[in-house]
Amino acid sequence: MTTQLTPPVEKRPAAAAGPAPGTRGPRRPGAWTPWLYLLPALVVLGALLVYPVYQLGLISFLEYTQAQVSGGEPTSFQGFGNYATLFSDPQFRQVLLATVVFAAACVVTTLAVGCALAVLLTRVRALPRLVLMLAALGAWATPAVTGSTVWVFLFDPDFGPVNRLLGLGDFSWTYGRYSAFALVLLEVVWCSFPFVMVTVYAGIRAVPTEVLEAAALDGASQWRIWRSVLAPMLRPILVVVTIQSIIWDFKLFTQIYVMTNGGGIAGQNLVLNVYAYQKAFASSQYSLGSAIGVVMLLILLAVTLVYLRLLRRQGEEL
Amino acid sequence: MSALRTPGVRRPGRLAAEAAALLAAAATAFPLYWMVLSALKPAGEIQSTNPRPWTLSPSLDSFRRVFEQQDFGRYFLNSLIVAVTVVLASALIAFLAATAVTRFRFRFRTTLLIMFLVAQMVPVEALTIPMFFLMRDFGQLNTLGSLILPHIAFSLPFAIWMLRGFVRAVPEALEEQAQIDGASRTRFLWQILFPLVFPGLVATSVFSFISTWNDFLFAKSFLISDTSQSTLPMALLVFFKPDENDWGGIMAGSTVMTVPVLVFFVLVQRRLVSGLGGAVKD
Repeated sequence: MTTQLTPPVEKRPAAAAGPAPGTRGPRRPGAWTPWLYLLPALVVLGALLVYPVYQLGLISFLEYTQAQVSGGEPTSFQGFGNYATLFSDPQFRQVLLATVVFAAACVVTTLAVGCALAVLLTRVRALPRLVLMLAALGAWATPAVTGSTVWVFLFDPDFGPVNRLLGLGDFSWTYGRYSAFALVLLEVVWCSFPFVMVTVYAGIRAVPTEVLEAAALDGASQWRIWRSVLAPMLRPILVVVTIQSIIWDFKLFTQIYVMTNGGGIAGQNLVLNVYAYQKAFASSQYSLGSAIGVVMLLILLAVTLVYLRLLRRQGEEL
Repeated sequence: MSALRTPGVRRPGRLAAEAAALLAAAATAFPLYWMVLSALKPAGEIQSTNPRPWTLSPSLDSFRRVFEQQDFGRYFLNSLIVAVTVVLASALIAFLAATAVTRFRFRFRTTLLIMFLVAQMVPVEALTIPMFFLMRDFGQLNTLGSLILPHIAFSLPFAIWMLRGFVRAVPEALEEQAQIDGASRTRFLWQILFPLVFPGLVATSVFSFISTWNDFLFAKSFLISDTSQSTLPMALLVFFKPDENDWGGIMAGSTVMTVPVLVFFVLVQRRLVSGLGGAVKD
């Protein structure tokens, strides 16, 4: 961040401005160059992200079902009608609550496991470290779909090794609401702790050895070192991994969809993302599905704002 | 390398720590081991209610069934085409954009950066609805383009955000030097900056590769009638049957789907670790 002295881009001679078109006239040659570099990204994002988000918002205010899609009926403006329907629906409120609680549980468990293993990594020799690193990369690399199928199979009541090992007989994990959520949580933690572990480990490695040695010489325990020395120094990294985890776990789709077969028995394991999809594509209520999408968007936007404030407070320059 | 390794000091807890690390590694690797093992087990052993953690008669039957029963090779190729196209395109576009937002000062720069950050939060799945109508209007339904285009867009914000750190790490002095030596800005961009940022591009592309390779929601929604355009995750779900899951087939299919990502990960492993450190630290 020390290299952030604003480079005097504007003062460069015209010859160095490159082949940017439209640089002939302006007094500040090269002023268009960044926009030229940004052009492909902005076109793609505008057409395939901003426009769909706009459409999503629009549809959420309309009455939009199969009849409107096929052109049989004209679309009609509903105002906040869809949102009113949504929030007066007890199932939606229940799914919203389940999503928040479940995402929080996933985030906390993932962070705890990831940080604990990152600290562990610093205390072992090269070989065990490599072994754990490789295993974690394996879990990380596993596609969500295959990870889900494998975990369902591991906990299969008939042929899975876990029930056998724990002596649970033919207990079905996906039958009960909480056991199904617990199973999904295990899979989510399994595939997302490696990101936390690797990132935090990289962060710890960057902490000067002297600091830690001094703490150890002063007789600080491991927990104390973590709490009073490492955690404060790693704060920026911890903020990043926490926010990323919140975003990923709040948007969870594949695991729930595959492991609980589209939301569990009678929708007991639905989370917002799956619920929106089911509303839209299974029951053709596109406007309600879009409204759910907008609600998710707003919640994640709030998380982002908190993130930005934290970044600002740390004095990070964007 | 390790920051905590104090030379000469024998920690009594180290053996315990190493045992714990190996135990954690075993627990983490077990699902993958079980996946490959089950894919190799003969049908009789998979359907056994007393599963053993080894097999004495490995067979490739499940793999054969996977590749024969469906157009699996075709799906594999489709998945690969989509993922590789997305990785290349988004890496290139993200590199240019990251350069713009780190090496230049211009109006709306901070606004743009915040937009990129916010764009990461967009729940992609929620956009399936408008995206479906968009693809229909573009005439892209039932083509691989309907998977490639959205995934380029969805992987861009994170890629740009992450590449910033790498581009910023290249000293300004280098650019000035190149200029004094008479290199044009384009030349600096491709012949100096690009190779230097390349490790970062590799680390970033892991994420776009995975999210594209994993996708089954878009494939499920956009490739409705033309199954020859289908991708791997779709093919995998076919083996799920309401009453009798073909676990051998599912595990063999999962193995085939996981291996390319694993290979990719192992290849870029070192760059990924240092890349994440670099991106997060700055």
